[in-house]
Amino acid sequence: MINSLLWLIPLLPLLGFVINGLGRNTFSKSLVGIIGSGAVLASFVLSVILFFDLSGSTQKQFPVELFDWISAGNLHIPLSFLYDPLSSIMLLIITGIGFLIHLYSVGYMHDDAGFGKFFAYLNLFIFFMLILVLGSNYIVMFIGWEGVGLCSYLLIGFWYTNSNYASAAKKAFVMNRIGDLGFLLGVFLIFNTFGSVEFAKVFPQAASMMPGAGTITLITILLFIGACGKSAQLPLFTWLPDAMAGPTPVSALIHAATMVTAGIYMIARSSVLFDLAPTTQMIIAIIGTATALVAAIIALTQTDIKKVLAYSTVSQLGYMFLGLGVGAYTGSFFHVLTHAFFKALLFLGAGSVIHAMHHEQDMRHMGGLKGKLKITFATMMIGTIAIAGLPPFSGFFSKDEILAHAFEYNKVLWAIGLFTAFLTAFYMFRMMFLTFSGKYRGTHHAEEYIHESPKIMTYPLIVLAILAAIGGLINIPAVFGGNEWLAHWLTGAGIAHHELTLDHTTEFALMAVSVLAALIALFYAYTKYVKNAHVPVSDENKRSILAKISYNKFYLDEIYDAIITKPLDAFSRFFYRIIDKKVIDGLVNGFGWSATEGSKGLRLLQSGNVGFYIFMMVFGIIALLLYTYLSIA
Amino acid sequence: MELLILIFLPLVGALITSLLKGGSAKVSALGFALISLCVTIGLLTQFTPDATTQFAVNYPWIQQLGINFHAGIDGISMITVILTNVLMPLIILSSFKHEYKNANAFYALILFMQSGLLLVFTALDGFLFYIGWEAALIPIYFICAMWGGKDRIKVNMKFFVYTIAGSLFMLLGIIYLYLQNPAKNFDINAFYALNLDSYQQGWIFWAFFIAFAIKMPIFPFHTWQPDTYTEAPAPGTMLLSGIMLKMGIYGVIRWLLPIVPQGVNDWVCVAMILSVIGIVYASLIAFTQKDAKRLVAYSSIAHVGLISAGIFALSTQGLQGVMVQMLSHGINVIGLFFVLDIISSRLHTNKIEELGGLAKVAPKLAITFLIILLGTVALPGTNGFIGEFLLLFSVYNYNSWLGLIAGLTIIFGAVYMLRMYQKVMLGETNTLTISFTDIKGTEKGVLYTICVLIIVMGVYPKPILHLSEASVQHLLEQVNQKLTGVN
Repeated sequence: MINSLLWLIPLLPLLGFVINGLGRNTFSKSLVGIIGSGAVLASFVLSVILFFDLSGSTQKQFPVELFDWISAGNLHIPLSFLYDPLSSIMLLIITGIGFLIHLYSVGYMHDDAGFGKFFAYLNLFIFFMLILVLGSNYIVMFIGWEGVGLCSYLLIGFWYTNSNYASAAKKAFVMNRIGDLGFLLGVFLIFNTFGSVEFAKVFPQAASMMPGAGTITLITILLFIGACGKSAQLPLFTWLPDAMAGPTPVSALIHAATMVTAGIYMIARSSVLFDLAPTTQMIIAIIGTATALVAAIIALTQTDIKKVLAYSTVSQLGYMFLGLGVGAYTGSFFHVLTHAFFKALLFLGAGSVIHAMHHEQDMRHMGGLKGKLKITFATMMIGTIAIAGLPPFSGFFSKDEILAHAFEYNKVLWAIGLFTAFLTAFYMFRMMFLTFSGKYRGTHHAEEYIHESPKIMTYPLIVLAILAAIGGLINIPAVFGGNEWLAHWLTGAGIAHHELTLDHTTEFALMAVSVLAALIALFYAYTKYVKNAHVPVSDENKRSILAKISYNKFYLDEIYDAIITKPLDAFSRFFYRIIDKKVIDGLVNGFGWSATEGSKGLRLLQSGNVGFYIFMMVFGIIALLLYTYLSIA
Repeated sequence: MELLILIFLPLVGALITSLLKGGSAKVSALGFALISLCVTIGLLTQFTPDATTQFAVNYPWIQQLGINFHAGIDGISMITVILTNVLMPLIILSSFKHEYKNANAFYALILFMQSGLLLVFTALDGFLFYIGWEAALIPIYFICAMWGGKDRIKVNMKFFVYTIAGSLFMLLGIIYLYLQNPAKNFDINAFYALNLDSYQQGWIFWAFFIAFAIKMPIFPFHTWQPDTYTEAPAPGTMLLSGIMLKMGIYGVIRWLLPIVPQGVNDWVCVAMILSVIGIVYASLIAFTQKDAKRLVAYSSIAHVGLISAGIFALSTQGLQGVMVQMLSHGINVIGLFFVLDIISSRLHTNKIEELGGLAKVAPKLAITFLIILLGTVALPGTNGFIGEFLLLFSVYNYNSWLGLIAGLTIIFGAVYMLRMYQKVMLGETNTLTISFTDIKGTEKGVLYTICVLIIVMGVYPKPILHLSEASVQHLLEQVNQKLTGVN
């Protein structure tokens, strides 16, 4: 069954893209919505069916080859898929959450002129994302990898008449491409080392290699550079906050739940290689931790509700990389899953607020919305508790698994991770309180129009809230008497799973500490923003130095502009005006001068009548042919 | 016999077209180009993709000098013949909205050039190759010099003198080979069989390399190109960039690698470094170009640099990448220049700063332009990826650091292309662009065809790769055999 149905899962969204793309100006909005959402729903249903098929089967790897794609010499790259426990879960996340977000978009984008185009792009994204996780080799993965980047570009710049949005889209594409070069070079090296880019051929060979070998270290570093671009890690993360220029459902789907976790997926998929490269693992752990911390610090002072969530996403992705670095592949993947639930929920909730506030995103103009947006408030609160890591919601389990592994690996990384968890709880509750508590701070006129979003938007929120609440149950750790279902399921895909060696008392103590940290943060945020009704100052006011650094995102954009963009442009002008025009062309003209002087006499023979030239040329050719004929004769 | 039809059909077309008056000239030219395309398809159906030369003709021509009309098609030639005869109808059709003065001469020259190009791509006699080489140059010179922009005379003089100078070196090389040949003929197989020492081979290498390097062009022989592309009329730019530069690439593969493998071996490092410098150098210059046509011209230098690097990597992947990329680059670059022609024929400017917001008023142009651009920046799933992937892989295998530097094209290409797209298509419309009308009629026909080709080739490149693989491998074996023989 898997072999016969698998290819339909990506095909259906592709068809949705083609049909909606062609009919976007003629179809009614409801038809567009039905086609777009229906295609993804059908893929979801298929994914569920295949999932049960797989769990009932003893065989866990199903390769499906479609056709021979690129072949040259000893290089053979088939277009083929691999269905296994890892891709089965990814399919469920992508199509399941994807469907909910499509549904939500029907309401959210209802009044947008580009409704049809939006659904076409969204379906195209789902298609490429499915290719990314289904690919049975690195190059097919790369099709999806760059394809989702394209969709991200198109959707960030969806409202392209705003040139800032268009710039944000370009920035995302270019920064991703920096990572992609790393990825591609890594794949070249994989081919040269293992003679193949197929997972099924690479990993078994790698398993017999010596840990710490230079080649493996280099391969994994190059792949990790690719992951840094796609999954927004230092130093390549600055595109993700700017990507919030896209419509909010896009932020939820692409820039929180699915695409940005592709880097984690890729590393988890290659866990065999990364386990052999302790140096790379250390680098990943350090970069992940640093990203988590830096992004959390930035999130503390942001006033745009989507920007808070964007930095929170970067920070949570940092956590996942910390997990990967310390060898907690299944734990990281667990966090991918729970994060998809609660972050999609939070973004969609934020979208519901923005929708109600008529595109106001500044929390300084919000406040007191909980009475008017009851469902949005309740569901977002569940998401916030989940991300803050309070039991028994999903984020608690996944985050603590990562932190426990980090504790085992290195106490400093654990401490920074814990501190970041504290910051996370603080800025998330800050966001909730600023938005929903206290008094309304916007204009009176706007206040009258504030209303809860339609059902097509709130139902997805409710479903996601349920998932965010109970999603942790699929991987209950042994310390609570669970059997870690997800971790065992993933080992069927060859994902390395390292059991914690900590004793239960330590594990409980670690959990207690992180829950305590979250509670302190909650209390502090409550005191500051509810009890004392503090509101962030407007942009004209002076900030303290630390707040300034945080609010201005560590000036990273300005630094990149000064050390990369500006110098490259200067080189560009220098090469063009001096080297090309003066030096090289000057030399050429020097040579040419004598030639033109010499040809002056010959030029007199030319009359300028083109007809005459053609005649002469054709005449000449005929004469030559005639000569041939005569000489044969 | 089929081959003679293929080569001389456009020449007959040129003769007939030159006698026509007014609007019928373009129709006649299109008709002949389409017939040529059909002939090509006919040949393709009879073609066996092995390493042999097929449809060969070999007539004595100027016997006293040992010159024969020897031509034939193997997999490598087939790719370039397809390139020529697929692009020709598109280029001619793309000019339908223009009313060129002396249209009969204009279209006759285009067809004349087509014959020259086909001769270059099929010739197996050194002298014949040279004839084709110059026969292709003369018409394009007139097209650019008669129907070009206001600086056309000065710019074209440089182009003409520069390329002629290059081809004279080649002629010297050919004559030298002829003199060394005991059979005293220009036959390519006799040239292959020559036993030259590495000193001789070095000289021949440079004589040919300079001619080919100017034609492509490779850094630092490129300075004629941006001016010429910018000043030429749109069909001229397309002929130059889409097809003519492939003469240089083809020349290296057919007339350089197998004839002087030792020379290549001795100098490959220099050729490789020049190629890779060209990629980065031209990409960087493209960053800040103000004229879109000039930007694309520089981007073409960067892309050709990668193709040339792929040749000198001397591997199956590299040469197969070259084959695919010749086609892809041809299709994509004429697409880009056509889009810019559509814009400049409506708004009379290609200055990036003066444009903006076209996507709003011309959504169909926006989509097709984007697809062409994605092909150019080698997004997987487009034709550009197949070639660029194989080329980068081969350069990486030659030297991983050069692979890394050449790989920068992935990033830089995205930077300058998306920058152009943003400034031209996105943002708000201005007083100039508000009146822009979307593509229609023949414009749609050309751009949609190009977009379909971009995607089909990207998803299923196998037929193309299959076509040339045996010939490419045969050629590499030939080179390697000769190399081991000399040592």
